[in-house]
Amino acid sequence: MLTTTADTDVGGFPLYNGSSGTFLPVKEGNDAMATVKFDEATRVYPGNDTPSVDRLNIDIQDGEFLVLVGPSGCGKSTSLRMLAGLEEVNGGKIWIGDRDVTNLSPKDRDVAMVFQNYALYPHMSVADNMGFALKIAGVDKGEIRKRVEEAAKILDLTQYLDRKPKALSGGQRQRVAMGRAIVRSPQVFLMDEPLSNLDAKLRVQTRTQIASLQRRLGVTTVYVTHDQTEAMTMGDRIAVLKDGILQQCATPREMYDSPANVFVAGFIGSPAMNLVSVPVADGGVKFGSHTLPVERDSLAGGGSNVIVGVRPEDVEVGNEGDGLELTVDVVEELGADAYVYGTPTDDAIKLEGGDDSLVKPFIARVDGRRVPMKGEKIWVQPNSSHMHVFNAESGARLSH
Amino acid sequence: MSTLQPAATPESVSDEVIAPRTKVKKPKKSAAGDAAGALNSRWASFVAVVIAVLWTTPTVGLLVTSFRSQIDINKSGWWNAFANPGAFTLDNYRQALEPGSSASFTQYFINTIVITVPAVLLPIFLASLAAYAFAWMPFPGRNVLFVAVFALQIVPLQIALIPLLDIYTNKLGFGASYWSVWISHTIFALPLATFLIHNFMRELPGELMEAARVDGAGHVTIFFKILLPLLTPAIAAFGIFQFLWVWNDLLVSLIFLGGTPEVAPVTVRVAELAGTRGSAWYLLSAGAFISMIVPVIVFLALQRFFVRGLLAGGLKG
Repeated sequence: MLTTTADTDVGGFPLYNGSSGTFLPVKEGNDAMATVKFDEATRVYPGNDTPSVDRLNIDIQDGEFLVLVGPSGCGKSTSLRMLAGLEEVNGGKIWIGDRDVTNLSPKDRDVAMVFQNYALYPHMSVADNMGFALKIAGVDKGEIRKRVEEAAKILDLTQYLDRKPKALSGGQRQRVAMGRAIVRSPQVFLMDEPLSNLDAKLRVQTRTQIASLQRRLGVTTVYVTHDQTEAMTMGDRIAVLKDGILQQCATPREMYDSPANVFVAGFIGSPAMNLVSVPVADGGVKFGSHTLPVERDSLAGGGSNVIVGVRPEDVEVGNEGDGLELTVDVVEELGADAYVYGTPTDDAIKLEGGDDSLVKPFIARVDGRRVPMKGEKIWVQPNSSHMHVFNAESGARLSH
Repeated sequence: MSTLQPAATPESVSDEVIAPRTKVKKPKKSAAGDAAGALNSRWASFVAVVIAVLWTTPTVGLLVTSFRSQIDINKSGWWNAFANPGAFTLDNYRQALEPGSSASFTQYFINTIVITVPAVLLPIFLASLAAYAFAWMPFPGRNVLFVAVFALQIVPLQIALIPLLDIYTNKLGFGASYWSVWISHTIFALPLATFLIHNFMRELPGELMEAARVDGAGHVTIFFKILLPLLTPAIAAFGIFQFLWVWNDLLVSLIFLGGTPEVAPVTVRVAELAGTRGSAWYLLSAGAFISMIVPVIVFLALQRFFVRGLLAGGLKG
């Protein structure tokens, strides 16, 4: 891996124009293996009974981009801050590579963090902001300048190096915050919702830039967001948290295709998955007029009701009287497709996952050329090969 | 000190005349903006000017008096001086600066500077360290201790004078040395300084400190490299207060240092000028202006540090 042209050796850091495609130093030996491991890591804030992060177990591979995602207050930022050393760990351990960093202070962990509000030092120029960590580490001036310029080139900040942060736009500040992290060539990047302060267009752009930069530098990254789209598009793997408990940790595809429980099913995907509580019938579950075939052993521990989950694109609109009857409330035309929002005509059928008192509509994707009218009645049924069955009580996945 | 009068500038007044209401009604973003808008009205400007004039008149009178001869001062009020401009004289200044009974003004000036500089820097340094601990280092009993420090301001310093003098002379053995005034001024200034700087420091975003910690900075680096530069307005504000207080102080230095010319500050000399029976009181105004020069210079020099928006740009939102 390190057989590429060794350039110069400044300040003890060998510089390679290597896999990162930059002259930023590449770590060797043990430092190179920057796996991260949360081992039963727990954080209880003083005065709280319930832990904010409850026995978190995640293994992050070297070079992996892991996204922590969840609703606000789920403990995702706390987990990240525990890894950064800004939050005490009350139980369990955290490992970076083969070092136990549980009780190390932030500066001994070799991690770099990008904050939600960037936290740039307002009295320093962009170059000083980016070089601050190196200066503290005692790296010599020429080397700092070289690395800062290299990072500035990657991030397109070269012409702003002498400016103060207040003379920069939001997107530029965000890039400076990124630059401050990459200049250090840390073992792990930590990013705490770095895009949430950008406007929608810039966010989508920067999202791609960050993801490609991370692939290019190959640095293990833990990224926190509340936006499931960001999580799906950026992460090698996603970890979904809720109330401080890890719900599922898997690749975006796995997460989408086989969510581990009702919460993950409802959280990942946009528009959200339809989750309907239906009674168990002979040989399957009753979905409107239909009985959907479900393997018997899947239903074994399920009780008399189960929750059936079906994504809008897996909903089939059938003939009259065939399946679940819906009254169409709203139709969203997207050109090729259209999303139909409807409510079941049978009041007894409830949709799960409405986080407030609002009635959650049943969403179906239909062909853009054959769109039902508002107020019309349609009959829908899930594509049985893309159907998810969950336990009504525990919310755990029953189907395979 | 015309720099201290806002809203009295000709631009703002004429602006108001040309576009009476429309401009003021623009949507304001902040409370500060609202206040600025309210202060921009003609009435507010008028009141500000009146207050400024009232406030400045005695000082102007004092200044004029200092250039009049003893006889004129005794005979008529200072406003009469303009009737006969030829009568202005520098005699008072000459006499005041003349080596008096024992020492020249210069010696007293040097004494005052020697007293003032450490008595300003010491509390700023200690208070900002204390404020950092109170603001950003959680430790048990922090809040109680902070309230206690602040509550110490209730104690009038006069109460502490005699016990302190006792400690300095009898226990520590440096009575009548500069150490006694330096330490005393520091003691008296610390509660307010700690409180002011703490409040300012508390407003700084915690993420800055966290970013610095992740960047590898310890408490010392954070304090000197991140906080101190951002604290400049607070330090300048307190620095000016403390400087003026120590420079103009007569009581503390007279008690701990005594009136000997080797150590006594300018204020002691000014008080002496009038003579023991007040026979030379006409020299007081000149003496006062001589002692005022340095504070005015310091004030004008430090004023530029009261810059707003020092934090702008570091954080988003």
